[in-house]
Amino acid sequence: MSDDTQALTRVLGRGSAHEGAHHWRAQRLTAIALGLLGIWLLVALGRLPDHDYVTMRAWATALWNATLLALFTAAACWHSQLGMQVVIEDYVQGWLRPASLLVSAFIHVLLGAAGLLAIVRIALGS
Amino acid sequence: MSQRPLSPHLGIYRFAYTMAMSILHRATGLVLSAGLLVLVAFLAALAGGADHYGRFTALAGSWAGRAVFALLIATFLFHLANGIRHLLWDAGIGLERPQARRSWKLVVLVVVAGSALLWWWLLGGAHT
Repeated sequence: MSDDTQALTRVLGRGSAHEGAHHWRAQRLTAIALGLLGIWLLVALGRLPDHDYVTMRAWATALWNATLLALFTAAACWHSQLGMQVVIEDYVQGWLRPASLLVSAFIHVLLGAAGLLAIVRIALGS
Repeated sequence: MSQRPLSPHLGIYRFAYTMAMSILHRATGLVLSAGLLVLVAFLAALAGGADHYGRFTALAGSWAGRAVFALLIATFLFHLANGIRHLLWDAGIGLERPQARRSWKLVVLVVVAGSALLWWWLLGGAHT
């Protein structure tokens, strides 16, 4: 099969795009990160005496907390995007498939950007 | 596209608990994806000031809000515990059928006990 034919079958969504290994590895790396960061988040929230505005704000402003919170948010959006992609590819057919993949990617980038920007604003006290 | 081969699918398998675990892994993943909205809403509210955060906690403290957090905690624990099972399988550990049957029961145990503990700790009134 020539390179041109391979390129065409890729565009048509047939055959391998040769990106599976990267997807697989990223999904598992983010999974491990989310397991550790998720447990940290639950324990950190549980240890706080209160969840009111002043307490939460002070907690999220601390550099170490802001850093881990940002990593958790980024990893969660990335892992969610990878998982949602697999689900869409498994169950959605026809033109709805690329459309759903696009919408999913946009929403995940939007949520990730909004979350990270909020964390930065809190950390900077602005 | 319609002529392409089809993998074995749900419709032709006999029910097994290990299979239900696999389906639940996807289902909990989808619920946690929706949970991203809660996470970002929380971060945006905290960044938005005391008034904004007050509206968030009023919503989160309602019965519906507490139910959502309770669901997200249990869902996270399931996806985490069963995810570790998947990671071990990726490493070639625990793939035999008796082991897979033992490990799904362990996951359920972790989810039930962990959820009870975290609900009590995080939602049980120790914090307001």
